[in-house]
Amino acid sequence: MDTALYSKRRRRNVITMALAYGATGFGLSWLVLILAVLLWEGFSGLSLSVFTEMTPPPGSAGGLLNPIAGSLVMTVIAVLIGTPLGILAGTYMAEYGRYDKLTMVVRFINDILLSAPSIVVGLFIYEVMVAQMGHFSGWAGAVSLAVIVVPVVVRTTEDMLTLVPDTLREAAASIGLPRSLMIQRVAYRAARAGMITGVLLAVARISGETAPLLFTALNNQFWSLNLNAPVSSLPVVIFQFALSPYKDWQKLAWTGALIITLAVLALSIVARILTAQRKTS
Amino acid sequence: MPLYRGKVTAFIGPSGCGKSTLLRILNRMYDLYPNQRATGHVTLDSANILSPSQDLNLLRAKVGMVFQKPTPFPMTIFENIAFGIRLYERLTKSELEDRVRHALERAALWDEVKDKLGANGLSLSGGQQQRLCIARTVAVRPEVILFDEPCSALDPISTAKIEELIDELKDDYTIAIVTHNMQQAARVSDFTAFMYLGELVEFGETTRIFTTPNDRRTQDYITGRFG
Repeated sequence: MDTALYSKRRRRNVITMALAYGATGFGLSWLVLILAVLLWEGFSGLSLSVFTEMTPPPGSAGGLLNPIAGSLVMTVIAVLIGTPLGILAGTYMAEYGRYDKLTMVVRFINDILLSAPSIVVGLFIYEVMVAQMGHFSGWAGAVSLAVIVVPVVVRTTEDMLTLVPDTLREAAASIGLPRSLMIQRVAYRAARAGMITGVLLAVARISGETAPLLFTALNNQFWSLNLNAPVSSLPVVIFQFALSPYKDWQKLAWTGALIITLAVLALSIVARILTAQRKTS
Repeated sequence: MPLYRGKVTAFIGPSGCGKSTLLRILNRMYDLYPNQRATGHVTLDSANILSPSQDLNLLRAKVGMVFQKPTPFPMTIFENIAFGIRLYERLTKSELEDRVRHALERAALWDEVKDKLGANGLSLSGGQQQRLCIARTVAVRPEVILFDEPCSALDPISTAKIEELIDELKDDYTIAIVTHNMQQAARVSDFTAFMYLGELVEFGETTRIFTTPNDRRTQDYITGRFG
């Protein structure tokens, strides 16, 4: 054995491992730093009043009730609109049209939409809904978020359904199961965890989207659940308060950012638990 | 080439000769894929099942299939079997339970799973999963059962159990089995079809094929000269 060659390889291995660990540490440390700053600045502002009182004018005490409510309502509606569309499209691509040219085209366009700048989505909905209706509205906000939800759900649904092995489909066909029933009772059940994860990821994504809401739902200082008018939302309020010169507004902005981060973290953990459960069953 | 009722017909031949492909024509499994098609006649109960007017789901309820790799559905053991029954029949809860029990007994699996019918089908061992798939196929009361190399993924003991099963099942069903294991074909079948390079070379009673085959190629395969 050539010891010089061997020790040269070992040295190279050590250096590369060190670089790999270093890169990981570098990336992780930024993440930890961001979370630490968020917690540091936002945690002290976290109190019950944040969830029960409205956004205050500068100088008064208040909370984030209306943006939280607005965000929740628009997110739920966006998911209700976007998820069925996404799942049905993904099902077509994975089951009925798997070998079609149309599916290739749709997949390509879907991938483009996935990474479309959300401000473009906002401007589009502005033209299509806000300008037509003559005013900003929560509906427009929800629709613009739905436009962001759809490509995510399409992608994950198609990927998860394609992962279901064809042997399972053949087994279902062999007892005389018609295709539509096979998809509903067998394929969906097999891909269920992955598809739910896809929806949760879409929700996590739209929780922080500010740009589309700026052009569609705008903002609302007061409590309002009227979707036909401007509706407050957490990202927009954070934007407004953080840029302001008022200390108490800035504090509320930090708290709002912390709330969004914790919500997304909780959703991701739930998504993880769901996928992990499947593996053990 | 006939498949006789109440008998087991084996398809043997070297890898890639088309045995599984032929078997999959018998329940029109190729219809699931857009680039595959079949021409000619396959007659079941006086109807050509290859004609476009044939209802595929009804055909597949009459002609069941057990695959090489056991594929239980991602459901409980009970549901795996009840699922197929519920598709075509409306039964009361106790009738359904009886049918499930009967199917599991036919598949020699009842004793092993009767206490855990609510467990996931995937929690069983390989041999048990394959017997579950057989029970699932038997539960919908087909006329014909096709076995596509059912034992190639199993250990010898499970293989022996399944061969016993096939022997018991042939009283009530017409069975076709594809196998690359010649000894299995000799043990299990009444009739044998030898295929080579996509062609049906010879068909006849198993004892005759394995002792005095007519065709040279059959002779070579049986004596182990290739494949």
